[in-house]
Amino acid sequence: MITTNIGKVMGLLCLAIGVSLIGVGCKGESSNSTDPAAKKAGSEAEPKAAGGEKLAGGVKIDGSSTVYPISEAVAEEFRTVQPDVRVIVGFSGTGAGMKKFIAGEIDICDASRGIKEKEAAACKEKGIEFIELSVAFDGLAIIVNPKNTWCDCLTIGQLKELWRPESDVKQWKDLNPKWPAKEIKLYGPGTDSGTFDYFTEAIVGEEKASRADYTASEDDNVLVTGVQSDENALGYFGYAYYEENKDKLKLLGVDSGDGCKKPSLETVRDNSYAPLSRPLFIYVRKSALERPEVVAFVKFYLEQAAALSKDVGYVPVSDEVEKANQDALKGALSK
Amino acid sequence: MSSKLDIYTTKRRGRFSNFLFTSVCFLATMTCVLMLFVLIWNLILQGKDWLSWDFVERFPSRFPVKAGIKSALWGSIWLISLTALFSVPLGVGAAVYLEEYAPKSRWRKLIQLNISNLAGVPSIVYGILGLALFVRALALERSVLSGALTLTLVVLPIIILASQEALRSVPDSIRRSAYALGATRWQTVWYQVLPASLPGIMTGVILSLSRALGEAAPLIAVGAMAYVPFVPEKLTDEFTALPIQIFNWTARPQEDFHHLAAAGILVLLIVLVSMNAIAVFVRHKYGKKIRW
Repeated sequence: MITTNIGKVMGLLCLAIGVSLIGVGCKGESSNSTDPAAKKAGSEAEPKAAGGEKLAGGVKIDGSSTVYPISEAVAEEFRTVQPDVRVIVGFSGTGAGMKKFIAGEIDICDASRGIKEKEAAACKEKGIEFIELSVAFDGLAIIVNPKNTWCDCLTIGQLKELWRPESDVKQWKDLNPKWPAKEIKLYGPGTDSGTFDYFTEAIVGEEKASRADYTASEDDNVLVTGVQSDENALGYFGYAYYEENKDKLKLLGVDSGDGCKKPSLETVRDNSYAPLSRPLFIYVRKSALERPEVVAFVKFYLEQAAALSKDVGYVPVSDEVEKANQDALKGALSK
Repeated sequence: MSSKLDIYTTKRRGRFSNFLFTSVCFLATMTCVLMLFVLIWNLILQGKDWLSWDFVERFPSRFPVKAGIKSALWGSIWLISLTALFSVPLGVGAAVYLEEYAPKSRWRKLIQLNISNLAGVPSIVYGILGLALFVRALALERSVLSGALTLTLVVLPIIILASQEALRSVPDSIRRSAYALGATRWQTVWYQVLPASLPGIMTGVILSLSRALGEAAPLIAVGAMAYVPFVPEKLTDEFTALPIQIFNWTARPQEDFHHLAAAGILVLLIVLVSMNAIAVFVRHKYGKKIRW
C-alpha cells in the first residue's frame, strides 16, 4: 500500500525551488535598494563636477589569463570610483578572447602577445576598429632546481638547441660538455598559452615550433612544483611565478650576445632582458569608446596600470610607452 | 582454477579464501575512505583560517585578505535553481513517457540507447553545444540563463536514466491492481507509480544537480566570466560560479590564493553535502511509507 501523497511531495519540491528563488530575488532586491540611493547621490553630485559624473552601464573584458590579474585589479579599483559601472573580466585565453573580440561580443580584449595578422584582418572584415594599448611588461623566467650547481646562464643559442622541434639534446652535457651526463627534464606551458607562443617565437624563431617531449601544463603552479621536485629539471614561465617561489627555484640568466642578464624589474623594463621580456596588451574596440563608461574605464586603466601591474607581479611600462598609449587613446577619442 | 576447487574440497581453504576476499574488499573500501579523508583534511588545514562569514559576503579581489565568493556562490545558487526548474520536469516527463507510455518498438530502443550514450558524454561537449545554441543562435548571450540551460543538457540524461530506474523498480502488481480497480492509465501513473518511485527519482535528481554544481568546464565554454563584482539579479545577467572562482584562484602565483581556493572548495563541499543530505532525508522519509 502506498500512503505517500504525490501532491504533498510535489508541493515540497516546488516550495524548495521557490524558496531558493525567492532567496535569490530578495538578495537582488536588497542590493537594488542600495542602488537608488547611490544613483540619487550621483545625480546630485552630477551638476557640480562634470568630470566626476556618475556613470552606469558595463564593460566586458576577456582574453589572456596572464593579463587577467591586471584587468581584475583595475576593475576592482574602478568600483571605488564608479560603483554603478559593471566591469566583468574573463580569462578564456588570448586566442579565445580575440575570437570574441572579432565577434563584437566584448569591449576590451586582454592579450599576452600582439594581435596576429589573421586576427587583424578578421577585425577589418567585420568592420571592427581597435586601438592597441601596452599596459605592462612581463619577463619569461628560465628556471632550474636549486640543487643544480652547474648551470647559471644559458645563451640564446643553447636555449634554441634545447627547445627546437626534434631537438637531440637529452642530457645536460649535450648543452655544455662540462655539465653532468644527467637527463634534462623539461617543463613548459601548454600549446594554447600566449606564453608558449611568445617563447617559441622569441627563441626558436617560429611561433608554436617546439619540441613536444616536455611536461606541459596551462597551470604555471604545476610547472613550479615540477621543477622544484626534480634536480635535473628546467622550465620556463612568467616571471611573477618565480617572484612568488624564489626560495624553491633557481633563476637562470639569459645571454643574448652582450653578457648574462637575469630578469628583474630593471632589465625587463629597459628591454635589456631581450628577447624574453614581452609587452602585455589590451585591445579596445573603437566603437565601444562611444560609451562614456568605457572611456572612463580605459582612462582609469592607463592611469592605474603602472601601480597595479607592479602589485600583481608585472613590470610597469616605460614613460615613452605610457605617452604612446595616451596619444593612441586621444587619437581614437578625437575622431 | 585450483583454488576455486579447493574452496569446495577443504573447509579450511574455504575459510582462508573467505578471509582473504573479505580483507581485499575491506581494503578497497578503506582506500576510498582514506583518500577522501586525506583530501578533506588537507583542505581544512589549508582553508580553515580563510573561511569566515566575511568570505561568503565579499566580492572577489586581488588582495587575498579582501577576497570573497559572494558573486560565485550566488551565481551557483541561481544556476542550480534554474537547472532544477528546467531539468526536473523534462527529465521526469521523458522517463515517465519511456517507461509507462512508449510502445516497445525499435524507435524506443534507439532513443534509449541515445540517452544512455548522452549520459557518458564529457560535459565540455555540452559547453560547446551551449555556446553555439544558446549563446549565439538563440542570442541569450553569456547570461545565467544560457549557463543554466547548458547545465540542464549536462544533467538531463542522468535524470532520465535515474528516474527510469526508479519507475522500473515499482512492481507491476501495483499497476495491475490499479487497473483492476478501474483506474485509468493517467490515474495509475499519477497516484500510484510516481509516488512510489519518488524517493528514487529525488535521489537521482539531487545527485545529478550536485554534479552540475561542480561543473566548471561547460560554463567556461559558454563564457562565464571570472571577475564579476555583482550578484545576478535577472536571467540575462552575467555570472560566475564557485568552480570557476576556485579554478581561477588555484592558477594564481601567490600562495594565499591557493588557501582561498581551499576555503572556496570547503564552501562548495558544504553545499554539496547539504544537498546530498536532503536526498538521504527524502529517501528515508518517503521510502519508509512504501510497503508492498
